[in-house]
Amino acid sequence: MTDLATTDSAKSDLETFRAETRQWLEANCPAEMREPVRDEEDVYWGGRNATFKNEAQKVWFERSLEKGYTVPAWPKEYGGAGLTAAEAKVLRQEMGRINARPPLSSFGIWMLGPALLQFGTEEQKKRFLGEIARGEIRWCQGYSEPGSGSDLVSLQTYGEDKGDHWIVNGQKVWTSYADQCDWIFCLVRTDKENKYQGITFMLFDMASEGVSTKPIKLISGNSPFCETFMEDVKVPKSYGEGVPAYVGEINRGWDVAKYLLGHEREMISGAGGGDRTSAIGAAMKRHAAKTGDEIDPVLRAELAMFDVDALAYGAMGEKFLDEIKVGKAHPAQPNMMKYVGTELNKRRHELMMAAGGSRSLEWESEDTDGGKPARNWLRTKANSIEGGTSEVMLNVISKRILELPGS
Amino acid sequence: MALYHDEDQAMLADTATQFMSEQGSIGKQLRHWRDRDCPDGFGHDLWKQMAEMGFTGMLVDEDDGGLGMGHVEAGIVLEEIGRNLTPSPFLTSSVLAASALKHGSDDVKGRYLPGLVSGDSVFAVAIDETAKHRPERIATRAEKSGNGFKLSGSKTFVIHGASADMIVVAARTSGSDADADGITLFAVPKGAANMSHDAVRLVDSSVATNTKFDGVELDGDAVIGEVDGGREILDAMLRAGRVGAAAEGVGVASGAMDMTVDYLKQRKQFGKLIGEFQALQHRASHLYSEVEIARAATIKAQQLLDGSSDQAELMSSVAKAKVAKAAGLAVKEGVQMHGGIGMTDEYDIGLYMKRDRALQEFLGDAYYHAGRVAQMSGY
Repeated sequence: MTDLATTDSAKSDLETFRAETRQWLEANCPAEMREPVRDEEDVYWGGRNATFKNEAQKVWFERSLEKGYTVPAWPKEYGGAGLTAAEAKVLRQEMGRINARPPLSSFGIWMLGPALLQFGTEEQKKRFLGEIARGEIRWCQGYSEPGSGSDLVSLQTYGEDKGDHWIVNGQKVWTSYADQCDWIFCLVRTDKENKYQGITFMLFDMASEGVSTKPIKLISGNSPFCETFMEDVKVPKSYGEGVPAYVGEINRGWDVAKYLLGHEREMISGAGGGDRTSAIGAAMKRHAAKTGDEIDPVLRAELAMFDVDALAYGAMGEKFLDEIKVGKAHPAQPNMMKYVGTELNKRRHELMMAAGGSRSLEWESEDTDGGKPARNWLRTKANSIEGGTSEVMLNVISKRILELPGS
Repeated sequence: MALYHDEDQAMLADTATQFMSEQGSIGKQLRHWRDRDCPDGFGHDLWKQMAEMGFTGMLVDEDDGGLGMGHVEAGIVLEEIGRNLTPSPFLTSSVLAASALKHGSDDVKGRYLPGLVSGDSVFAVAIDETAKHRPERIATRAEKSGNGFKLSGSKTFVIHGASADMIVVAARTSGSDADADGITLFAVPKGAANMSHDAVRLVDSSVATNTKFDGVELDGDAVIGEVDGGREILDAMLRAGRVGAAAEGVGVASGAMDMTVDYLKQRKQFGKLIGEFQALQHRASHLYSEVEIARAATIKAQQLLDGSSDQAELMSSVAKAKVAKAAGLAVKEGVQMHGGIGMTDEYDIGLYMKRDRALQEFLGDAYYHAGRVAQMSGY
């Protein structure tokens, strides 16, 4: 703990940082990048085949990159801005204040990056983190398999040891945007005798011979996920001096995966804020007024109850992030955040559908921007399935937080 | 400000936890006074001890002999009061009345604050006039009379009304019942002529009064703040009280939940600990999540209140509503998961259910506050 004087000076430093950040965002974030994300094209994912939707997206990405703000909390030597947790929070708040879009989104930033920062070698970090920060390589995640969903550790994709390389065979499912990604971080069984200590966290190029993908059409009509097939794919064990083709140790990939699942749950839980924690009642009333509709009293009551839960969850998100920074949060708390955040988001979209009435049923109309209300509503149903189902989250809370027997 | 207790607050929490669990326990206080049919519903000795601990004057400014602490600190004590179901006049005296007295003249402060700090005095607040909390509408009137006022009307759900050395009464000095303006707060001393109490014991063993003012004559110096300027003070007092009640509710919820989770680890049926059954595990885990979120909303509201933020009003209603729902769930699941013994007077879990019910109603329930959240949000 610091004494009062240093606390005060740290506070004033942070306020200076806030003022500078506000100024920088004002000067550098184009107006178009302060609009809500409406569809897939509004998100810049980077990658070998990336194109910018418009000049504003390009400018915003390039200016952010120069400042290290594509990955602000990563160390400078790996392409970040080296912000402290407190500074990163300020940046998030200031970006939120003007609704600034993230300049770059990717599974590399959210998932592989944190894994490498924790488990990677120095050379791996230099190479892969830099590529991610600069938006050069777009990564996808190869976890689930047709027979391994909630019970992920039962995965069967097998890498046969051939000395300096593996020959990988198997199938992954729910690989996000696999058809558009450059590389994959993939859980591969390398020891059939050892369930938990027989999985390796491999990294390989999606352009490798034998890799193919097939988009999955969802109930929302969209296809953000793919099936990924691996047929005799040759994965070298090393990509050069100090750059193994796996994170952590061979056969210890489950440790990395578990660590990352925590990250994924945080991400999906929307703990960092965003629209999942905001109230919706007022917007629903305004929206209804546009079509000459009124909100029924009973629906208003449900909206009010929802808003209480959403605003309270917003406080929880803030508390959770504050506690994580100083190691006060229970290590299994992300599971709670994920459980509540996703259930809340599903309820949010149920209420939005109800408030929207028959208009929100439209599947292709211009008025609904191509059926956004209905498609988004359907999409949220996956929130409590992906990244660990609500039921698995409750199991984890039972076991690790409440320490209930036999769970 | 980070949403957790700083070092000093964590120390206070340790002290409060130990003190309340030792001196304020269910056996020593709630059951003790209940089983003796105590007309106060709480113990004055404990109140004196709380004064010695520095609790009673926590929110009183240092210049007025208090500790000048904030709502986070008061909430720490209230959470332990909630966890131990400790009957005490802390919420009505040290939070509600103290928040009103902050706005009083030096004379009013000098008359009442020393007794609060020393634990010699107990205060109550008289706000509600109907069975549901609706402070927007105040019909109790105080007419100008000579140099003072004549108070007429009736109040209900006045917790500790009969025991109180002073009651803060919200009355109308001008306008009509539903007007926002025209409210004045009065400090009415115990035993004032033409004030009568009809004391009623409530489900949680606390004692409230239906109090009648039948032309109670008050000096001008009984006014807290300005004549006709009481609405703002009343609102500030209500914010403090609601956030305080939320903190106590978090304690009630945690106490009930901990007791229930412990029970799941002891009770065997079908040859297994019942905590091994997934049906109960999932419900317990859901409950844990709700209680954690209620706690977060409460500390957020406390900090906003301490920082005089314009968001404090909204968040105080969010916290009160969220806690009411979470604590309500905690006690209902608590009784259900205890099974038959949960229905017996011998087990404490039922006492949590009773306290929660009274606390939910105090200063507005979840429905009232969700409605306010909607109103404040513009729908």
